[in-house]
Amino acid sequence: MEALEILLSASFWIATIRIASPLIFATMGELLCERAGVLNLGIEGIMTAGAFAGWYTVYAGGDLWLGVAIAALTGMMFGLIHGFLTVPLGLSQHVTGIGTTLLATSITYFIYRVLLPQETSPPKIDPFAPLPIPFLSEIPLIGQALFAQTPLTYLAFILVGTIAWILNRTPAGTAIRAVGENPAAVESQGISVTLVRMSAVAVGSALMAVGGAFLTMSAFNSFFFEMINGRGWVCIALVVFGSWKPGKALLGAILFAAFDAYQVRLQSVVGNVVPYQVFLMMPYVLSILALIVMSRRAGYPKALMIPYLKGER
Amino acid sequence: MRLEPRTETTLVRAVLMPCLAILVTLIIAGILVMLADASPLQAFSLVLKGAAGSQFAILETLTRATPLIFTGLSVAVAFRAKLWNIGAEAQLYIGAVLTVIIGTQTLGLPPVILIALMMIISMIGGSIMLYGPALLKTRFGVDEVVTTLLLNFITLLFVSLLLEGVLKDPMGLGWPQTETVNGEARLPRLVQGKRLHFGFVIALFSSIVVWVIMARTVLGYEMRAVGHNIVAARFSGISVNKVLLKTAVISGGLAALAGFSEVAGTKGNLTLDLSPGFGYTGIVVAMLALLHPIGVVFSAVFIAGVFVGADAMGRATGVPSFIADVIVAISLMTMVVAIMLTKFRVRFA
Repeated sequence: MEALEILLSASFWIATIRIASPLIFATMGELLCERAGVLNLGIEGIMTAGAFAGWYTVYAGGDLWLGVAIAALTGMMFGLIHGFLTVPLGLSQHVTGIGTTLLATSITYFIYRVLLPQETSPPKIDPFAPLPIPFLSEIPLIGQALFAQTPLTYLAFILVGTIAWILNRTPAGTAIRAVGENPAAVESQGISVTLVRMSAVAVGSALMAVGGAFLTMSAFNSFFFEMINGRGWVCIALVVFGSWKPGKALLGAILFAAFDAYQVRLQSVVGNVVPYQVFLMMPYVLSILALIVMSRRAGYPKALMIPYLKGER
Repeated sequence: MRLEPRTETTLVRAVLMPCLAILVTLIIAGILVMLADASPLQAFSLVLKGAAGSQFAILETLTRATPLIFTGLSVAVAFRAKLWNIGAEAQLYIGAVLTVIIGTQTLGLPPVILIALMMIISMIGGSIMLYGPALLKTRFGVDEVVTTLLLNFITLLFVSLLLEGVLKDPMGLGWPQTETVNGEARLPRLVQGKRLHFGFVIALFSSIVVWVIMARTVLGYEMRAVGHNIVAARFSGISVNKVLLKTAVISGGLAALAGFSEVAGTKGNLTLDLSPGFGYTGIVVAMLALLHPIGVVFSAVFIAGVFVGADAMGRATGVPSFIADVIVAISLMTMVVAIMLTKFRVRFA
């Protein structure tokens, strides 16, 4: 019975939306890259770099929003590296993506140690404070969850609508979808496939980095090693789960987050019978199960992972 | 800007490009070393000294290279068939768990048989770990990159569960670690009093076996065909799915041997920090070796040298030893570009 009561607590729903927020940013970023035909396995490292860049900017005296901007720029920089190697040079997106993750992670750790050589407990910053929206935040059960979060969370939800609108309603979106489906046709229209793909990867990577920054600037208040902890890989699974559609991916992120918030609370109920590692495993297991269920009918972009080299048929 | 395939690859170019890649890597790493207030030349000479400057340094480098040869071979085999195994880390830990389980029993077997048994059982474990994702790929079209990556996290939690549960050493003062394997389950040392162990010999032997499989057998030919052009391979009558599943068995087994050799050779027991990312580093090892099994040995020794040398350099200068990870990551990126440039000409038009 206690296991069901969790679902009726406001704190559970607040946690769900908080856990979902970084996943939403990063999933939208990955979705943008993949819709343009580029798998970005740099996501895990880019989130790490963004988490550090945003946090350090604030730690060094910068404004919180400046931190978000620096994180986005950092992500964009790594995105451009991945994009340059995979789009104009047409290198393996798998290998380059893993390389980008290794590069972004190791450079972040290196710079962290250079800037803060002796810190054993990571210094704290003042993170984003919750911004309750009058009246709406007083709705029982879900009011606090949806309308008393930090500004970055609101931004995450606005982002989903924006990405959906861009992809489906604007010429830029048409170009992005087209280079992900049939790049040769786009080129024949006089649009540069390289430019569209590079832009999508750059912007997508910036979003991933903001997702990472959410962790250090909104969910927690400091940076520590391995804090991304596979969230990037989960986001790749969420993109597949959402069939490359922003709305469905959002739903996936919330479901995933609800499950994560639930398992933490379930631990305190049945934690003495079941080892805690089983609970921690469940989100990853769930991601794999979601992939198995969705993969068959997933409408993946036709040109995903296929480099487009001009003049090659 | 466009790429044109080169009609021929000259030997000079094939040698020059990778050298250029290493040079670029060192320049970028040098800039980072300067950021850390140290002289790049001094730092690099300390890395070299720490990696190969004494008998002790060389033996340490070879010890560190041993697991990397196994994971590098694992990745090389898989990537050759374009099976993207990013889960060598998980396969390694499963190999380590099974080695510990067998090695701590009193079975009364002669050491040679016991060690062979540990190898075989851990290989089977590693094979199953990759067979699952490969089956999901061939049956349901589930991307193996994501499944193998996620399995790394699941496996590490599973090992943590074992270390705090059934496999916990009762004499471990509460530390999450297993008991040490019995003496006869330990791999003999190659040099008296030093850490280098027989696992290194097994690694060298494995690379030759893998080379023979890849270059001289039908399966090796089929794996290369599937990796080169899956559609053409299917048309020529190769059962692509079967080849991928066989590849998974070999690749997973090789990664598990890294866990076996670390437990039976280097550490003696299992802790959660048995592998500082050997599985992921194996990807770089394999790519630097151009996926060639014999080349894997050399690139593993090179990368192990970077890590061992950077540790020594870090202690002497205060430059964070994460510089080794940076060098390894950058060398992966520069090397894939270098390989491409040996095959393509870049035209700006």
